[in-house]
This record gives sequence, C-alpha cells and structure tokens, in this order.
Amino acid sequence: MASITIRDVKKSYAKMQVVHGVDLDIRSGEFVVILGPSGCGKSTLLRMIAGLEDISGGEIAIDGTVVNKLEPRERGCAMVFQNYALYPHMSVAQNIGYSLKVAGVPAAERQLRIQAVARTLELEQLLDRRPMALSGGQRQRVAMGRAMIREPKVFLFDEPLSNLDAKLRVQMRSEIRKLHRRLNATSVFVTHDQVEAMTLADRLVVMNGGRVEQVGTPGEIYTRPASRFVATFVGAPAMNILEGTVDLDGLSLLGGSRRLTIARAGLPVGTKVAMGVRPEAVRLVAPGTAGALKATVDLVEELGAGRVIYVDLDGAPFSVMTSEAVHPEPGSAVGLKLSPDDMHFFSSETGTRLDVFKASVPEPAL
Amino acid sequence: MEKRVTFSKWTIGILFAVPQLVLIFTFFYWPAGQAVYWSLTLQQPWGGGNIWVGLDNFRSILSNADYWNSISASLVFAAISTGLAMFIALVLAALTDRQLAGSRLYRVVLIWPYGIAAPALAMAFRFILAPEAGFMAVVNRVWPGFWDPGLDGADAMASIIVAFSWKYVGYNFIFFLAAFQAIPRSLIEAAAMDGSGVIRRFWDIQFPLITPTIFFLLVINITESFQDSFGIVDIMTAGGPANATNLMVYKIYSDGFKGLDYSGAAAQSIILMLLIIVLTIFQFRFIERRVHYR
Repeated sequence: MASITIRDVKKSYAKMQVVHGVDLDIRSGEFVVILGPSGCGKSTLLRMIAGLEDISGGEIAIDGTVVNKLEPRERGCAMVFQNYALYPHMSVAQNIGYSLKVAGVPAAERQLRIQAVARTLELEQLLDRRPMALSGGQRQRVAMGRAMIREPKVFLFDEPLSNLDAKLRVQMRSEIRKLHRRLNATSVFVTHDQVEAMTLADRLVVMNGGRVEQVGTPGEIYTRPASRFVATFVGAPAMNILEGTVDLDGLSLLGGSRRLTIARAGLPVGTKVAMGVRPEAVRLVAPGTAGALKATVDLVEELGAGRVIYVDLDGAPFSVMTSEAVHPEPGSAVGLKLSPDDMHFFSSETGTRLDVFKASVPEPAL
Repeated sequence: MEKRVTFSKWTIGILFAVPQLVLIFTFFYWPAGQAVYWSLTLQQPWGGGNIWVGLDNFRSILSNADYWNSISASLVFAAISTGLAMFIALVLAALTDRQLAGSRLYRVVLIWPYGIAAPALAMAFRFILAPEAGFMAVVNRVWPGFWDPGLDGADAMASIIVAFSWKYVGYNFIFFLAAFQAIPRSLIEAAAMDGSGVIRRFWDIQFPLITPTIFFLLVINITESFQDSFGIVDIMTAGGPANATNLMVYKIYSDGFKGLDYSGAAAQSIILMLLIIVLTIFQFRFIERRVHYR
C-alpha cells in the first residue's frame, strides 16, 4: 500500500509536449481511474508512474520517495497491459512466476505462490498451457495474476479490458473491483470507457489534451462537471449544449429565438455562455404546455429499459432520455421541460464552469 | 484462418506451377543428375566418351588423405565463420534494437557487404590483410613474423574466415534486427516491470523469441559457407598454403578444371551435396526442437 504524489509532471517528445503539468494526489489504497479520449496523455502519465517513460519535468513520488530516476523494478509497481503482454514462450505458471524467478525466490516457494494466485483467479486448470491456447478472458486473468503475485505497492492498469468482448468486460470489471476490495492496494486504472471509469473509480481523473480537467468522485464528476469538456465527455448520450449570449434581461439562447430570464449575476452584457442539460434531466411533455420548449422529433432510439429521443430545437440537435413508455413519431411535435436545477453553465471561451447563474433563478421563462 | 486460392480445374494450377518446375528442373535436377552420372564414369579429358566405373571414383577420393584434409578444413571454416558472423550480427542487432534513432541507416549500410561479389571483397581483404602492406603490416612491424597468410596455414584460414564473416554479418544483421523488432515492445516492458534487467531480458525474453530466426540463419550460413566460399578462397589463397585452405568447393574446381579430373570432381560435388543434406537434416532433427515458434 502506498500513496502516489504527482507534482507538475510534464512529458514532451522531441518538439511535442503531450502532458502539460499534471498535479495529482493518490491516497493509499485508493482506486483512481484516469479517463480521457485517446491521445489525451493518460497512458503516458501511467507509464511515467511505472517508469517506462522518462519524466520531462516535475516529479512523481511513491510513498514519499521521489522515483523520477528509479528503474521500473525499483518502484514496486505492477502493471497490466492492454494487450496483456504475456510471454508467448512460457506456460501460464511461468508467466505468473517470472517476477519471482527474477527476484530469486526458491522454486518451492514460487510454486506455492503461483498456486495461491491461480486459485484466486481460477487458473488452476490452465497452469501448463501456453498463452496461445487461452481465450481473451483467460489471458486477461493471467496478466492480472502476474501483477498480483508480486504483492506490489501499486497496481497500474493500462486499458486492460478494451480487448475483451462486452460481456466479458462487465464480468472482469466486477472481478477487478472485488480484487481491489480484498487486496486494498493502491490502483491506477487508465481507460477511455466512461462506464468502466464510473463503475470502478473511488475517484475519477478526467484528462484532455495533456491536462487534468477535473478530479472527483464519479458522482461529483457527473453532477458538477468542472468544464464543458467533462460535461460532454462523461454521460451517454452526451449532455445537450445550447449556445447563448448574456443580454440585459438574462440569457438569450439559440441566436435569440429563445430566452432564459435569469439574473446575469455580474456577467457583462455580450458574454458568450453555453448552457448544458443532461438528456435524462429533460422531461417530455405535450406540445404547447406552459413553460415548455417546442421541438420536432428526429429519431427515436429504443434501449429496452428506456429510449433516447433525438429532437430538433430550432436547428440545434437535442436529445432526451426517458424511461416512460412514450413513442413519438419522427416529425411530430413535442414539448420539453427543463428545470433550472439541472442546468449547467460554462464559459464559451474557456469552457470552465460558471456558477453565477444558478442561485438567483426561481423559474425560467422560456 | 489461412486463405487458399482454389482452382476449378487442376490444369490451371499445373500451368501456374510449370515455369517454376521448368526452372528447378533445368538448373538443379538436370545438372545434379548429370553430376551423379559423371561421378559413376570415367570421362576422357579430351573427349571421346565415358567409361562406366561404378563407385571407383568415390573409392579413390575417400582413400585420399588430401580429400579428408579438405573435409576437415571445410568443417573448421564452416563452424568458425558461421559462429563469428552470427554472433557479431546478433550483438549489433541487439544494440541497434535498443536505440532506434538512425537504425534505418545502419540497416542500409550493413546490407551492402552482402551485395558485394565474393571475388571483389576477397580482393579488398587481400590488400587489407597483406603481410607486407596494409593494416596487418603494422602488426607485423611490432611482432615480426606474426602474420603471413602466404606461409602459415592458420593465418590463411583466418583470412578467409574474416572475409566470409564480414560478408555474412550484414546479411544476418538484417534478419536479427527484423526479428528483434517483431517482438512487441510491451513484452520487454512487462519484463522490466517484473524486475528483469537488460541482460536478463535479453536471455529470458528476446533470445527465446528470435530462435526461429537463429535457426534459419544457422542453416543458411552453414550451407553458404560450404558453397559461397569459393570466390574468396580463389582470390585470397587459391587453396594454399599447402592445402590449408583447400575447401571442398575449391577442390572440386581445382581438381576438375585445373587437374582435368572431371569424374573425380563430379564425385566430390556429390559428396559435398550429401554432406550439406546430412547437416541440414541434422539441424532440423536436433536443433529445431529447441526453437519456439509463435
């Protein structure tokens, strides 16, 4: 068990900077998920913790020891790779036991520990097989076993589930979660899959373009996204965004055709603001209901338990998620009801969250 | 699954195979068959037909001490030059694989020696290794009489081994480098995470994974050292001094075309062919077992 402290860590390749000063504190025993689109620097950050990439600037400390100059083996981390990286010429037992062999653990003790790990991961029947003869899920478990047997201070996961099919992914996800609860080792898990991120994380780190956008519990990230990027990246279908401009009375949306009468709380007239609302926070009402927005249905996606209704709001795309048994025909008119409590505001220029509107809004007149 | 082309009529398949079959027949089976025939006859040096003599040619060759000397010289040459060419290439490739900047350049530069015709490179090495001028002259100046391939059989053997290895280092390097680069980077990283250092990773991960390439190059290098050595021997030592570098392939030429013993030379080439076949079978039987194919 160990804490990880990341201070202003940067990474550049030749002329390109891919990580722009990341600060992060990971507590001992915590399960932290780093979420972001591909190319956001999340894997690079993980590999810098592991010691597989040089750190261009700043410092990383594990349990208070700065590890910038330490070899991977001196850091006490174990890593599960995206493609598993199993040694193809070794049996499952040899794969799992390789780190012990390198460390010079006697063969008898090695066997015992391999057996113990294999029992936890239900790999006992497969110990003599080569990785070639294993299914994707089994390979995944061997990769986990190889990390577990070292009893590392820190577990690092580099998108370990992305090569599995959907069903197996859900199953492995809960196995990783259970394993963490039992071993209680500090874990850093990198993924681009938000469902994986939300379900696994004690705390979630959302990254974009080499910067940390927000750090928080999955709940915080979902309910109070710190930026427009986080708001639209987390949640499916993505949060609806309507662009607007602050005027004398409040906020006018959609090029002036809709108005949101709210106090502008000190923002100068002409400020560009983006209003966001989650599809699941929008209520579908009969067209013409007082205080409802009028829209035209484009497409209905049936999800079984619910449905996503894509509508056209004066030319702007907008989506509504509902669990009610409504099936509006494409082309028909519907009314949308938004509650001010569910609205998020972001600066159109910087994308950062603006909390200035919220408090002073009793009921928007739309 | 492997995709296979299938033809509706077997005749089309045969038609596609014909050019290759014709080539193999014309340039391999036919000459080889001729050599077998000649080896069983006595051919008149100035024409006038063959006399069937059965296995007499083989008996006379195999009872000749010069021929056994030639066989042992060939085996020494094959063992040392293959070992040297493969070892140097392996080290170079392992180092190049670690530091990738500029590896394209090395790759091009290192393949060139293989493209040089054996006589041309032998000429160059004859100058480089000449005892009275060139690099070895400097050594001879410090230790007089240390190096003279014209008089000392061991020096002559060393010269042709160096020249041959130099040519094959480049060839082997290309294959080794390709093999190293085909190993997924993440395997090396996983081994690093498992606590394995550079040398340990090489022996535990990289070396086992390139064994198919090592095996392939072993077969090729040994075969070529029996055949491709001709030009080098001819230019550098002409089999001398005192037959010390009279390799089997050179002896075939000198007995046949200088000594005009066509039948004996034909019999020798049959023996050389059998030796290479036996060696190759041996390698497949006993060494290939240790190869890990992925």
